[in-house]
Amino acid sequence: MSSQGGESEQSPSKDVEREAKAQEPTVEIPPLEKNIIDKIDAKFGDKVKLAYTKPRRIRFDIKPDVVVEFARFLRDEIGFDHPISVAGTDYPKDNVIEVIYHIGCCTVPEYRSSVFAFALKLPRDNPKTPTLIPVYRGVEYHERETFEMLGVIFEGHPKLQRLLLPEDWADIPPLRKDFSIKGR
Amino acid sequence: MPLPPGMQAEESEEGRILTISVGPQHPGSGHFRLVVRVDGDIIVDAEPDPGYVHRGEEKMCEYRNWIQNIPHLERPMIADSCGILYPFCLACEEIGSIEVPERAKYIRVIMSEINKCIFELYWLGIYGIFLGHSTMFMWPMGDRELLIDLAEMATGARVTHAYFVPGGVRNDLPDSFKEKAIRQLDYFKHRLDQYKDIFYTNPLFLDRTEGVGVLSAEDAINLGVTGPVLRASGVEHDIRKVEPYDIYDQLDFKVHVMKTGDSFARTYVPYLEMYESINIIKQCLEKMPSGPVRTKLGPNPRGPGGEAFKRVEAGRGELAYYVVSDGTPKPYRVKLSVPSFRQIAAMPHLLKGAKLADMPAIYWSLNYWPVEADR
Repeated sequence: MSSQGGESEQSPSKDVEREAKAQEPTVEIPPLEKNIIDKIDAKFGDKVKLAYTKPRRIRFDIKPDVVVEFARFLRDEIGFDHPISVAGTDYPKDNVIEVIYHIGCCTVPEYRSSVFAFALKLPRDNPKTPTLIPVYRGVEYHERETFEMLGVIFEGHPKLQRLLLPEDWADIPPLRKDFSIKGR
Repeated sequence: MPLPPGMQAEESEEGRILTISVGPQHPGSGHFRLVVRVDGDIIVDAEPDPGYVHRGEEKMCEYRNWIQNIPHLERPMIADSCGILYPFCLACEEIGSIEVPERAKYIRVIMSEINKCIFELYWLGIYGIFLGHSTMFMWPMGDRELLIDLAEMATGARVTHAYFVPGGVRNDLPDSFKEKAIRQLDYFKHRLDQYKDIFYTNPLFLDRTEGVGVLSAEDAINLGVTGPVLRASGVEHDIRKVEPYDIYDQLDFKVHVMKTGDSFARTYVPYLEMYESINIIKQCLEKMPSGPVRTKLGPNPRGPGGEAFKRVEAGRGELAYYVVSDGTPKPYRVKLSVPSFRQIAAMPHLLKGAKLADMPAIYWSLNYWPVEADR
């Protein structure tokens, strides 16, 4: 896993990352976000990387081997406790599938307007990552959806089965870029 | 004795466990399937099974440009079609750095609140009929027409309006809108008062909902449920307050919270919120400035690229879009995080240990809309 994690450290899509950088504010990071970022940096060091901060949004890129620990730290130490969404994006040019978790906060008043995102870059031919159900129970069905729509394996998921697609589906996962709609 | 179709029986140490397929098209679940395992009339296990009307919204988004995505994106939630378009427009505006005229912001809030009520009345009607209260089916369905008329007056369409666009709204409100809206809303408020007498103080309704399917605040947060379901469990979390978009920060309204977390609280919170919606719409009608309602974009609008995560408070709760753009006119990836899909996680949690007869009361109190989860 670690070697794959190393491979996947490369940018998912250079275009997209460049654009994301272009959106980065040039002003200093506000103290609230700075506080979170410092805490995470102190704990995880180079296993995680800040992708950007925008008003009320923070995104980190992390390695799959620390994801459970990271999520637990995020929930217990910082207070982001409300899972909002799990999304996957396919970047075939870079041979990467990116899984991104968006976590909100319901309890710490100053973070309630913020959404914390952390993304994992997984190799496209063997996308595997540990499940986050032990930390956020609400991600169970989101992860099942990402599994069937993009083929990402969430290790340790109690029921990694088809949820939305037809029972006789025998094609590649439909949200991968090489799956095309008939007639288009 | 042979079992009817759709049922299975297994012998276990505890007794005979029956597996029942509740739905699709079952009086208890609408067009959604719940695989329920019962021991006697106690639910041992319940497994939600959406995936019946799937149409691949997210994939379709990748084939159409920003504007072409508008009409099909509202299909997952036709009863609240402005609510589901709202965050998409906000995300497009963030990616493309599009300014929205002040008047459009007010109109968007008005339409979003009207749609919130339209959805909540529809859902309340269904809730009533599944508890065997047919008056509660007919009244909200009838009163919905008041608001649908308003929406039709503004948008030209009764159900799916395709009204919000990146950069504002499609067209301005007609001149007589304000007058008519105030008249309809006053009457609607009067009707809401009557709902309390016929529904929320009805002993039969209270018997079937109070103390049924209790969801604690910790569980509600960890399961990721949202909207009235979360607020009924005592968590004061409303996107309109915590992260105000458009002009919500200039409006004065209350977030209703209840502590009990049972099915009654989950139906009473949306009811109270309809009063707040009336309040919000009236404030907007008073404060609304004149001016343009749309920033004209080119035929193929495109931003510099990047990603945006935008969320709003729709009828069922927090509705979020994660949009990735690579600088072309078509989105690279659109991910909808819909409240109904998040509510699914709470279903097995709440149904385990409940009586089978309580299943409709718990299931419908979750503010669930099958088509939206299965987008």
